[in-house]
Formats: sequence, C-alpha cells, structure tokens
Amino acid sequence: MSELHTVELTVNGVPRTADVPARRLLSDFLRHDLELTGTHVGCEHGVCGACTVLVDGDPMRSCLLFAVSVNGASITTIEGCGPATGELGPVQQAFLECHGLQCGFCTPGFVTTITAYLEENPDPTEDEARHAIAGNLCRCTGYQNIVASVLRAAELKREAKAAI
Amino acid sequence: MKPPPFVYHRPGDVDEALDTLAEVGSDGKILAGGQSLVPLMSMRLAAPAHLVDINGLSELGEIRVGHDGVQVGATVRHAQLERDEAAFAAQPLLRQALAYVAHPTIRNRGTSVGSLAHADPAGELTAVLALLGGTVTVRSRTTERTVHAAEFFLGPLESAVRSDELAISAFFPGLPPRSGSAWTEVSRRNGDYAICGLGALVTLDEDRTIATARLGLISVGPTPVVVDVSESLAGQRADAATFTEAARHVEDAVDPEPDIHATAEYRRHLAGVLTGRALADATERALESTT
Repeated sequence: MSELHTVELTVNGVPRTADVPARRLLSDFLRHDLELTGTHVGCEHGVCGACTVLVDGDPMRSCLLFAVSVNGASITTIEGCGPATGELGPVQQAFLECHGLQCGFCTPGFVTTITAYLEENPDPTEDEARHAIAGNLCRCTGYQNIVASVLRAAELKREAKAAI
Repeated sequence: MKPPPFVYHRPGDVDEALDTLAEVGSDGKILAGGQSLVPLMSMRLAAPAHLVDINGLSELGEIRVGHDGVQVGATVRHAQLERDEAAFAAQPLLRQALAYVAHPTIRNRGTSVGSLAHADPAGELTAVLALLGGTVTVRSRTTERTVHAAEFFLGPLESAVRSDELAISAFFPGLPPRSGSAWTEVSRRNGDYAICGLGALVTLDEDRTIATARLGLISVGPTPVVVDVSESLAGQRADAATFTEAARHVEDAVDPEPDIHATAEYRRHLAGVLTGRALADATERALESTT
C-alpha cells in the first residue's frame, strides 16, 4: 500500500522529480514535495478553484489529480505566471492595478485560470470575463474588481504584443 | 480531505487493463478523468483498494464521426468533445449540453464516457445519451457487449458496467434531417449541479409541421428520464406551435424527490418551464435547418 512511485514533471520549465505514494494529490505534490507553496489549497474537493494549475497548458484543479496520473506532464503554477522571479506577468499586474485581491488566498487559482483563458480569448467582453472566472471562488473582494482585472490583463497583453 | 491509500495500476493497453480489472475484481475502480472519483475518495465516500488508470490508453482517445453519429472513446475529455466541430455538426446537442457540465477547468480533465459510467442523475450526458437512444460499449477480458441507454442507467451512481468491465466508448446517434436540439437547465450558481435540466429533440415533417418531439431530463429521478411529447405537438405548424400542453405532459410524467436544494414541486415546475424553452429553441433550429 505504501509503495512509492517516481513522478517526473516539468514545473514552470524546470524538470522536477519526487518519489510519492499513489494517493499524493498534485496540489500536495507541488506544495509538500516540491515546496512550491504558491498553489493554494482551499476546499480540496474541486469546488473553489484556488488550486488551479495549468497541465500541458490547460487549467485543471490540482486537488482533483493524482500526481502519479499526470507523470511526465508540463505544469505551470502561479510561480510560473511571471516573466522572472520578482517580476509580474500581465495578469498579476492587472490584479495589482485593479485591486483584484484582498487576502490573496484565491488569487493563484484566478491568475492561472485567466492566464490560460486569455491565450485562447485575447479580447473578452465583460460578460465573457465573468463567465471565465465562474469556477473560482473569492470570499473578500466580490468579483467586480476581478472581472476588471481580466479585462485589464487582456489590454496589457495586447499592448505588449503591439509594442513588439 | 486526503484520499485513502490504494494500489495504483497503469496499464499500457486495453487488454492489460482488462486483465487487471479481472484480477482486482470489485476492489478495483477505473480512474479516467477522476473529477467525480477523486473528490469522493477525498471525502472518504469511496475507498477502492485498487485504481486502474486508463489515461495512458491512447487507443481510447478518439472521437469518430460517421454518417450515423458520434463515437466517443473512454479517455476523450469533455472539452475535447465540446470543441470538436465534426461532432457538433453531426449532433449539436453534445456541445449544447457539455457547456453546462461543471466548469471549463473540470471539463479539461473529466471524460464524457466516465460521466456516463458514473451515472450521476444530475449528469447532463446521461440524459443526452438517453434522449438520443445512444449506446455504451463495455468490454471484459472475455466478452464485449453494447448496452442501450435505456438499460445502461440502473440507479443513482449505478450503471450497467460490471466490476470486471471497462466502458470502451459511447455512441451518440446523429441529428436526423429536419431536426433541431437544445439544452437548458437551472442551477443555483453557474456550473453547479442542476436543480432541473433537460434537452429537447424536435423533428419536422416534410410540410414543416412537427413530427416528433422528445425530452431528456436530469435531476428529476434516480436515472435520466425521457418523455415523448410527440402526441401533443404532432401536426402543429412549427412556427406557430405553443408548448403549454407539452410542458404539462412533462410535469405529469416526472416524479422528482425533494432535497436540500429544491422541493419536488419546484423541480416539477422547472421541468415544465424548461420544456417550453427547450422545445421553442429546438423547433426554431429545426425550422432553420429546412431553409
């Protein structure tokens, strides 16, 4: 029962590996085994969205995945959503400007979800922005400022693209 | 909220998966998307001793669209099926209903066949399969059988898949000519389980009057409920049809249970209201298809 499995993942571009029991959730694998504590664990049954990470580019709940089951995958966490350590990515910058967070607990899940969403939908309407974050819960700000952050992040991404 | 320990199996092909299932028997459970199974395990409502992970079986990852319908392999994600243009063209009800399955992040991992095998009476695809008269193909080490939707859903969270069997694929018949479909549902919050939800399938005659109309409902019984309302609509001009009588027919046909989310009466009321909306949308699309 306590047999260990070697799990190898590429996390934010870096190959990482650890030996873990099969029941290790991806969320715990990231936080405990790799010490990447940016991924937050809220409800642990797939409702709150705080633990959302990108698996091969697609947002998924890391608390609903066994690490062993995504062996070999490429994972992007909140730590990988900025250009470099200490610098903010466009979604993080937008949250800062629009006051899209208060306590910040839910924010990693929002940022990863929105990062992936804007890749596919670079110019969302307010309605679409609201729909895009419908699977993530925030208990402090209300959602107005987060919706504004989605739209601002889209703007920042477009500006950055136009500047190239 | 941590899942209990289990022995992990990751077969490389279907035969190996079936051998493993035969060996572990009723102590085993298949892990596909895991979007229902993992929370059940975390809440300790399920504690399988063995998990057989089928995510490595690439042979089950295909959507095949033929002249007669859409065949969906066991590891196809909801999101993959939702985005598939050929599948949408052959059977639009799939995309229409999948848009209501939880949230996009769940649909990125959860599998369509897995949600059928899970047989949650609030699962949209159960009613889609039942309404369309689809089938699920299940295989064990010794036999393969194709089970009709009417015999597939046995009760809440209970499907016809036996412990030594793997649901290989599901088949959704295509949209007939001069037909339209629609899905609608009501939930407390976006992406929640529906308090009541339903799909409609309307087919017109050559003179553009309504020939047949059927509904598939979720969350109003232990298994998906199919109601045929052709009798109250047959022969009506599609562009002038009112769906009041059909809605009453559906209200009478369902027998919902009350729970913490809604009374039985409210669910019955919703079944009638949503019937009217879905029939109107489906009929309009059927008319559009004839022009």
